[in-house]
Amino acid sequence: MQASLKAKPTQSEISRKVRFQEWWFRNRALIGYAFIFPWFAGFIIFDAMPFIYNLYLSFTDYQIGTVSTPPWIGLENYNEIFTEDKLFGKSMYNTLYYLGYSVPLRLIFAFFIALILNLRVRGMELYRTLFYVPSVVPLVAATVIFAGFLNTRYGFLNQFLVLIGAAPVRWLSSPDAIKPSLILLSLWGFGAQMIIFLAGLQGIPEDLYEAASIDGGTGWQRLFYITVPLMTPTIFFNLLMGLIGGFQVFEQVFILIGTHGGPLQAGLVYMLHVYNKAFRDFEFGYAAALSVVLFLIIFVLTVLLVYTSNRWVFYGDAQDDET
Amino acid sequence: MIEDPRTKMVRHIVIYAILTVGAIVMMVPLLWTVSTSLKTRDKITIRRLELIPDPVAWENYPYLFEARPIIQYTRNTMIIVVASLFGAWVPCTLAGYAFARIPFPGRNFFFGVLLATMMLPYVVRLIPLFLFFDEIGWTRTFGPLILPRLLGHNAFYIFLYRQFFRGIPADIHDSARIDGCSEFGVWWRIFMPMSRPVLAAVSIFAFSFAWNDFLNPLIYLGSNKELWTLALGLNALQGFEGDDNSLNLIMVFSMLMIMPMLVVFYFGQKHLISGVTAQGSLKG
Repeated sequence: MQASLKAKPTQSEISRKVRFQEWWFRNRALIGYAFIFPWFAGFIIFDAMPFIYNLYLSFTDYQIGTVSTPPWIGLENYNEIFTEDKLFGKSMYNTLYYLGYSVPLRLIFAFFIALILNLRVRGMELYRTLFYVPSVVPLVAATVIFAGFLNTRYGFLNQFLVLIGAAPVRWLSSPDAIKPSLILLSLWGFGAQMIIFLAGLQGIPEDLYEAASIDGGTGWQRLFYITVPLMTPTIFFNLLMGLIGGFQVFEQVFILIGTHGGPLQAGLVYMLHVYNKAFRDFEFGYAAALSVVLFLIIFVLTVLLVYTSNRWVFYGDAQDDET
Repeated sequence: MIEDPRTKMVRHIVIYAILTVGAIVMMVPLLWTVSTSLKTRDKITIRRLELIPDPVAWENYPYLFEARPIIQYTRNTMIIVVASLFGAWVPCTLAGYAFARIPFPGRNFFFGVLLATMMLPYVVRLIPLFLFFDEIGWTRTFGPLILPRLLGHNAFYIFLYRQFFRGIPADIHDSARIDGCSEFGVWWRIFMPMSRPVLAAVSIFAFSFAWNDFLNPLIYLGSNKELWTLALGLNALQGFEGDDNSLNLIMVFSMLMIMPMLVVFYFGQKHLISGVTAQGSLKG
């Protein structure tokens, strides 16, 4: 608004403007509320109420067929999770193992390839597409493809290993190889992060590099003193999203090894445990408690990351203007 | 800086070697998929690497349409896609517009709530939503899959629109309002036509999330084969009834799911990059 008042109005416009503004101030709030209403209704129905009800459920012994008020059992579910449930520790370990490799590796690959593509090499568009296409493949299809690709006898990978004289691996049926297989599948999709990095890299002003060159900066110095610091917001964003998504990894595991989690349950990730408790055993109260624990872990981690981000994420002087 | 031509050449060779090897590794699973989808039944169970199918079994593609209700799966998937696109185009843009251009009391508060929901893991909503939809008798129907989409229940899209709309000069908005254009008119006649890039990016996201959705259809439609989507059909083909002998058909099915995505991304590539740039700029 301030902007338009400053923008030299002609005399005849001023009275119209005043009338318009009076009208606007009265009505715009209502219009604003009307415009956000569908979202807000959705927020109440699909976010707020489920969130609260989930918390409530976690203190009950809700099972399928339970009458309208499920029996309140206080902290019983949580007590069971932390003291008796062996699969809680197992599934949390599996999830952390998966995260611990897949998230950093994806970031490193994505950043590295984006850096190379940003060197303005010839055929950059073609390479960018080739690296990106696997992340366009629907997750269900990607997983099914990997199930075949890693098939012990007829899959490409083992046939290739045999061809070069290496020993074939039972990718999906030996407990040691399940988690690496899942990590491999997640790495195949690093193109999504690569595109975000590439967009960020192309947004770095060229004159910064020119100034550094004039001052005699080497390529490595430009990388570590200009590129990396300016890319920290993007790295931070990808890291956070990768962690939140990684904690909730489900579909790939469900399709690739099934709900049981494979031999020795080496592939039983946390979400699979929640899914089994809810939709196989119909112990909804217990599953709700499991989901609350995962939520708290993700929440604390997010807060810690955001809190510590001041130390390593460079936000520059980018201040958003307020309208 | 002057570079020695020899170092420059070495540098180029190294760069292209990395890129080419990397690209080949990335493409191998897809090439293998294409190749397997064109193999005959007895060729897929040969325990030897054979990348070029011989003979080429084109008939696998029409055969899958006979063996599986692909048309029905596609129709069911498209119902979800259409709901998703409607939500992305109407309620989400309206909300994004209000957050960007209409000052109303509590706007910052509501926007904060919106941002917070972007961080809310779906796991805490999964079980109560299922019980809720079960209570009102909506399981085994499309209701739970399309109602949230029709309402534009996606904070991420609204956020992208809001960021884009804030970039449209305030003067345009104000002068249109003074000329008697309603907020609705400004949204429809000025902001929507000016927002093709972000509309394209969000449409791609909406299409691909709906096309790829697996967990929700699994929970709500899993027991109702009539309403299965492509994702559920593919999972069933490989999981419950599939064996190594139908590897070629599984890959045909995968190709059917991949190809529309490739088309969408081919035409939307340019806009997608501007979309993800906005996504990366989580400043406002």
